[in-house]
Amino acid sequence: MDSALIPEGAKRCSFPKFAIGIAIVGAVLLWGVYAMFLCWFKGLNQTNMNDYYGFALWIWADLAVIAVGGGAFFTGLLKYIFKVDELKNIINFAVIIGFICYSSALLILAIDIGQPLRGWFIFWHANVHSMLTEVAFCLSCYFAVLTIEFIPNILENRQVNRVPFFHHLAHNMHGVMAIFAATGAFLSFFHQGSLGGVAGVMFGRPFAVREGLLIWPWTFFLFTWSAAAFGPCFTLLVAKITETITGKKLVKDNVVHLLAKISGWMITTYIIAKIIDTIYWATVTIPSLGFKLSHFYTNNSFYGYWILITEVVLCGVVPGALLIIKSTRENPTLRLIAIVLGVIGVCLNRWVMVLQIMAVPVMSFDTWALYIPSWQEIATTILPVAYGIILIAITYRYLPVFPQEQELNSIEPATEAE
Amino acid sequence: MFPFNFEWAWDIAHVVFFGGFWYAIGILGAGMTFCILKAAYDTMKGNGASDH
Amino acid sequence: MKQENNKAHKFGMVIDLDKCTGCGSCMVSCMSENNVPFKEDESNKKDSITWMRVYKITNGKSFPDTEIVYLPRPCQHCGGKGDHGHSPCVSVCPATATDYGYDTGIVSQIYTRCFGCRYCMGACPYHARYFNWWDPKWPEGMENYLSPNVSPRMRGVVEKCSFCYHRYQAARDKAYVDGRDDIEEQEYQTACTTACPAGAIVFGDLNNPAHAVHQIVKPDPHPDPRNKHIVGKSRNPNVFRLLERLGTNPKVYYLSEREWVRKAGDNYLEGEWDEIKNHHGSSSHD
Ligand code: SF4
Ligand code: SF4
Repeated sequence: MDSALIPEGAKRCSFPKFAIGIAIVGAVLLWGVYAMFLCWFKGLNQTNMNDYYGFALWIWADLAVIAVGGGAFFTGLLKYIFKVDELKNIINFAVIIGFICYSSALLILAIDIGQPLRGWFIFWHANVHSMLTEVAFCLSCYFAVLTIEFIPNILENRQVNRVPFFHHLAHNMHGVMAIFAATGAFLSFFHQGSLGGVAGVMFGRPFAVREGLLIWPWTFFLFTWSAAAFGPCFTLLVAKITETITGKKLVKDNVVHLLAKISGWMITTYIIAKIIDTIYWATVTIPSLGFKLSHFYTNNSFYGYWILITEVVLCGVVPGALLIIKSTRENPTLRLIAIVLGVIGVCLNRWVMVLQIMAVPVMSFDTWALYIPSWQEIATTILPVAYGIILIAITYRYLPVFPQEQELNSIEPATEAE
Repeated sequence: MFPFNFEWAWDIAHVVFFGGFWYAIGILGAGMTFCILKAAYDTMKGNGASDH
Repeated sequence: MKQENNKAHKFGMVIDLDKCTGCGSCMVSCMSENNVPFKEDESNKKDSITWMRVYKITNGKSFPDTEIVYLPRPCQHCGGKGDHGHSPCVSVCPATATDYGYDTGIVSQIYTRCFGCRYCMGACPYHARYFNWWDPKWPEGMENYLSPNVSPRMRGVVEKCSFCYHRYQAARDKAYVDGRDDIEEQEYQTACTTACPAGAIVFGDLNNPAHAVHQIVKPDPHPDPRNKHIVGKSRNPNVFRLLERLGTNPKVYYLSEREWVRKAGDNYLEGEWDEIKNHHGSSSHD
């Protein structure tokens, strides 16, 4: 039915099967869209946020998708600037995931603000001293970069590419992609960082505040580093899921191993920095403000030391180690465990740096505040996931996303490991 | 965002921040303009759809 | 930024916690003065708007040693680290929708410019900022009681105590008409100050030695030698500020003769209080 659109030589499931799959996910998407309109028309009283939790699930979702979407800029940086050529086999996919993550982040932000129609004030009346301003500017610009990086892949669709203009456009864009990728890396450095800065500059919140370099608190650098470290984990994870669903091998093992190895070293160096940061914060920063470490992890029913240990050790040290040791990295199961732990770890870090900050009492007579999101918040947070699945399904079906797909799937037993 | 916005000041913070911003926008804009114009030129020159 | 610098005010407040009975008149007067909207059901305190909020604090001891203190908490109009005007909330607002008045020391909120990102709420450790989760609605006929001097706020923006800025504007206008350069102490008083039946709240210019607030607080003009971020520490041994150690530099001071009350104003490690409690600004060393 739609075979004219499918990349030449690629095998795809039948159109009805595809349509049913899309319809199921589409139903979830519509549920999210319904909740989104509820929030827009009725206001944020649809959420369970309150004056203690001005930042809640949505801001976490924003930080998390941007962190895991960091695979796009980092892979692009490695491919186009550091010329790690093998990565050309996964860069398209990394860009698509980045595109999904960043468009989701922008959408969630548009739901999250109390006066969505005034969203442009953040640009127009920009306060250049606010970390959030830096986030907004770099995020939007970087989204433009991702769109630019995504376009050539769209233009490579079999039918679109027949149009000479589009063919030439895709070709020319590939030619200058390094410049776009460099700009993207520059922008990413700043917005990933300033997302970390959002927490680090809150000197009224001892759980968040960090010292730093010039105007940038240490969280600025930790966030950039962790996005570069864990972003590729997410790219690998989604690639693995796609391979499982399609039942095909899409990326050669050497590419996967290379990206996993880079990610492993990044995670390990990051986690060392994170441990140093935590120790310094716990032994120097907070005692000077009159707090003991136990203040932040006891006397409430949810936030205990377990969250710190899970984030740093189980989801930081462990995946880092699994990915830098050759034998565990090249073992598919252990590698999968490592990348799953890594993705959980970075999401947990973002959770702590948003929600635990709000939960901890600061005034001596204040109390812990816990919060459970409303269904509207959950639905609008699942919305981007559904949208992402649909976009990946469509791009996979109609665009030549994985350059190695044909080679790996042409003859029956493809040449496996390398 | 622009010097005519009333909260704009010609101080180091604004110059650095918006300098970086307009620089990035400039590169993206110029890059895309170049690609589109060159694609139009290539199309008009008419060297078909297979030039790699 | 530099206008009127030679006669810059620094409006502030001192609240005598030993006089406060917790009656809540300040809260009521604040709500009606500033057109603060309320909900039909106010049982969930975490999303109702109280620019002025009275906290109840106990010394944690059991009967018969139990003691209670009521602590009214307006926006503290923080001056930020070093009192340079970079309040926790002002410095983070991406849209310049909350601003520090260098001529008054008042932290303003520009409702029509706030787009409701709530970053400022996260940054404020005093929970002095409130979000309008609902459209403001007043019961039939009650709109007639709204103050014409204060604009009501729309859904989706943040609001907070303004130190009744409109009263300052009115006092300034009057002074101008009368041909005076400046306003008198009694011409500008906040609604809570005038409403408090116990006379627990004193409001005025912390920069003006003739004002009662200055005389009670005796603010230290030099940075605290123990923490250079802290400026304006009180030299009165019974006066303290909330969370002073964070370096937020509030302009709201509290007064109490009871030691446990003063201690409750901030966080201290074990044993630290005894070392710190007798330290009252740089000049206490002489
Ligand atoms: S008390 Fe809160 S809202 Fe008021 S100035 Fe300080 S940080 Fe800002
Ligand atoms: S909620 Fe309004 S005042 Fe607060 S930081 Fe956001 S835009 Fe600024």
